Amino acid sequence: MSPFLALFKRDLTLAVREGAALGTALGFYLIVVAMLPLGLGPDLKLLGRIAPGILWIALLLAALLSLPRVFEADHEDGSLEVMATAPLPLELAVASKALAHWVSTSIPLALLAPVLGLMLNLDIAIAPVLVATMLAGTPAISFLGSVGAALTLKARRGGLLLALLVLPLYIPTLIFGISAIGFANLGQEGFSASFLILSATSLASVALAPIAAAAALRLQLS
Amino acid sequence: MQTLTQRLANPTRFMEISRAALPWVTAGAALFIAYAMYLVFFVAPPDYQQGETVKIMYIHVPSAWLAMMGYSIVAISSFGLLVFRHPLADVSAKAAAPIGAAFTLAALITGSLWGKPMWGTYWVWDARLTSVLILFFLYLGLIALRSSLDDEALAGKLTAVLALVGVAILPIIKFSVDWWNTLHQPSTAFTSTVDPSMRTPLLIAAIGFTLLFIALHLKGMQNEILRRRVKTLRLAEVERGERLFSARAE
Repeated sequence: MSPFLALFKRDLTLAVREGAALGTALGFYLIVVAMLPLGLGPDLKLLGRIAPGILWIALLLAALLSLPRVFEADHEDGSLEVMATAPLPLELAVASKALAHWVSTSIPLALLAPVLGLMLNLDIAIAPVLVATMLAGTPAISFLGSVGAALTLKARRGGLLLALLVLPLYIPTLIFGISAIGFANLGQEGFSASFLILSATSLASVALAPIAAAAALRLQLS
Repeated sequence: MQTLTQRLANPTRFMEISRAALPWVTAGAALFIAYAMYLVFFVAPPDYQQGETVKIMYIHVPSAWLAMMGYSIVAISSFGLLVFRHPLADVSAKAAAPIGAAFTLAALITGSLWGKPMWGTYWVWDARLTSVLILFFLYLGLIALRSSLDDEALAGKLTAVLALVGVAILPIIKFSVDWWNTLHQPSTAFTSTVDPSMRTPLLIAAIGFTLLFIALHLKGMQNEILRRRVKTLRLAEVERGERLFSARAE
């Protein structure tokens, strides 16, 4: 097995066996989505209209909360230093960890979204589009998030800072995810354009974010 | 043969040159801004459609331009720090960030004050406004990340990495008005569609504010260099004190 896959499998196994981390992210997702109708009032029409936005924003926040653990545990027990000196380039190690975050956190959150959509009177016909935009957009969430997690590894008040650094970078993903759903909802052309830009944002993040994250890690480990 | 950037790399020489240049730059900024304000309030005509509110433009456009120039300076300095390890690059990046953030805020505030009479609202979520708001958040992120680390050298390098990640925002801001159909008009500043009676004051205001930016940036860099020197001196003092103390204890 290549070192990349071995690392990927190790991180996935850790995520599954720990369990609590994923459970916390899903629980947070659930509670944020449940709080919003209480704040906005139980108007089903209104909720149905803004459901995609609520689900997307809550997903961003839930993914954000789970980001610090991408590098934290490995930094604490020293395995990050081993990875930095291993033959596998640190960029690829970072990519593998971000990919593991995507598979173990972002995908479950995206799959939970249509179920929570039922509580918000989301049009069932929109649900597949919603999941598709989330699956296409969340690689950017995980990979850009890994840059933020790497930058705040040693920072004081890391969690709050992480939100300030990473959320602005998520704005394009949010905008194009929502606009793709909007176009699909109205049956207009323009869905494919938004969806393609959304995917392009993700692909660019997958290609470039590991370089920045690895640079940030190297600076802190040396 | 040294290049200019190499010669300026010596902080002492930078201090000498910038000390000599700073009064001229400051005086130039004051003169240009004063002349621009005179033109704006006494010479330039009110717009046939917008009336007197068009005068906000003479602050708004230079601020917006400096918001982007400020980030470019931060990004170029960050590149200089990470790639060439230029000793003044970190000082420059650190000094430019708050100034750029201030001009971004000025562009946002003047823009929203201008938007109320023109568009009927202080804020719309169009591409230009949103992308400039993201730029403001990026500036805040740079400042916050730097202040969250005790190790200054490390903080500078990590902030540089973040600045280079955020550089993707600049083309988005620049072309947002061309790519998307926005309420914010496409850039017409300095093109022939603006009448010379307004273009000249705008140009002079832009030069004045740019000189102001340079003056603030130079002063900020000087302060940062002095602050670092004071810190080094203090550390040396403490070390000497400790040595004396341990010598006496023996």
